[in-house]
Amino acid sequence: MSGSVTASLKQLWHKLGSPRWFYQITRNWVRGFGVMAAVLLLVGCIWGLAFAPPDYQQGNSFRIMYVHVPAAMVSQSLYLGMGVAGFIGLVWRMKLADVAIAATLPLGISLTALALFSGSVWGRPTWGSWWEWDGRTVSTLVMLFLYLGIYALREAIAEADLRARAAALVSLVGTVNIPVIKYSVEWWNTLHQPASFTLTEKPAMPAEMWLPLLVMVLGFYCFAGHNVLSRMRLEILRREANTRWVAELFAAKSVPASITKES
Amino acid sequence: MNPKRKQRLFMTSFVLVATALTVSLVFMALEQNMNMFYPPADVAQGKVPLNQTVRAGGMVLEGSVERASDSLAVIFTLTDHQGADFVVTYTGILPDLFREGQGILVEGELNRAGVFEAVEVLAKHDENYMPPELMDMPGAAPATASTEALPGLGERE
Repeated sequence: MSGSVTASLKQLWHKLGSPRWFYQITRNWVRGFGVMAAVLLLVGCIWGLAFAPPDYQQGNSFRIMYVHVPAAMVSQSLYLGMGVAGFIGLVWRMKLADVAIAATLPLGISLTALALFSGSVWGRPTWGSWWEWDGRTVSTLVMLFLYLGIYALREAIAEADLRARAAALVSLVGTVNIPVIKYSVEWWNTLHQPASFTLTEKPAMPAEMWLPLLVMVLGFYCFAGHNVLSRMRLEILRREANTRWVAELFAAKSVPASITKES
Repeated sequence: MNPKRKQRLFMTSFVLVATALTVSLVFMALEQNMNMFYPPADVAQGKVPLNQTVRAGGMVLEGSVERASDSLAVIFTLTDHQGADFVVTYTGILPDLFREGQGILVEGELNRAGVFEAVEVLAKHDENYMPPELMDMPGAAPATASTEALPGLGERE
């Protein structure tokens, strides 16, 4: 049985080499993720902001958590995804890997910035300071600069192969920062509190508080899926604009051929 | 896997491992400096340089907070509940979460008398959240408030 699983995985691996196959298979995923994100984020926001009870110490300001935690989690996951794509891109020279890195950057930058901003707004009333140079905040700031650096690098290099390799290398090397962010609060004395919400342990709060957080986290992940996949599909179309399958795709939708030829 | 790809796999993995190794060596070398503050034991044992701007942290000792009646001056004791403590003086507005039993970071200078003259006071809260109703239930509140004396405060390997 394991043989057939390996065989189908191998097949999937080879198919991933084809941007066309990826474009076609993800057609419905984009909409699925989008609908789920809209529902989850709406429910999570209303639940978390209006119905979850306030905290005994922090009162209502703890509700910033419902934006801060998902933004931080998803921005780190996206970076990890970029690191994996970088590895695949460097070793197997898969075109889709560079497409994935390019498509992840804008959302990664936005969510990291959102996590830092919401953390700052949260820090003011609770810690008594907008910004403190502790392990968690600094390593997250490093992640923001890595994202921005890779973005700038890709903009700066005109030659496509070189651009892909450079971005992949920096993405991969920067992955070292992810465990630093995660374990900073355990390795060192930091002002930032340890995680309240992990995959492996019981949340450090009652269900009426963590359930809306779970909904928000899932909502952010669905939104990320929607956003990154849409960007990947767009990037594939842009890169494959001169191929026959894209021409046929647009001909079938009776779009004037001039649009595809322009690029 | 063809030889060329195998070589790339090897080189790429090498880059990743080397980077991880470099970073962890840097962190090991910096060990003490990566910590954001000195725990009460270090202050009590005189490990903290005098008359230099440093950070220290601890829990506010119950019953130790004295406020001046005519100014914002306040005196309190920070402790690790394990025998080590030190006195802090501060003039200014305290964070909302400042209270007895709360984990607090102070930034300032330790003077010759062993009193910490703080210029900034920061509140450190833990990862536990709770609705206020649960605080009134006997047994519920102290479980999170005091048994696990704020991880990261007072302990240091």
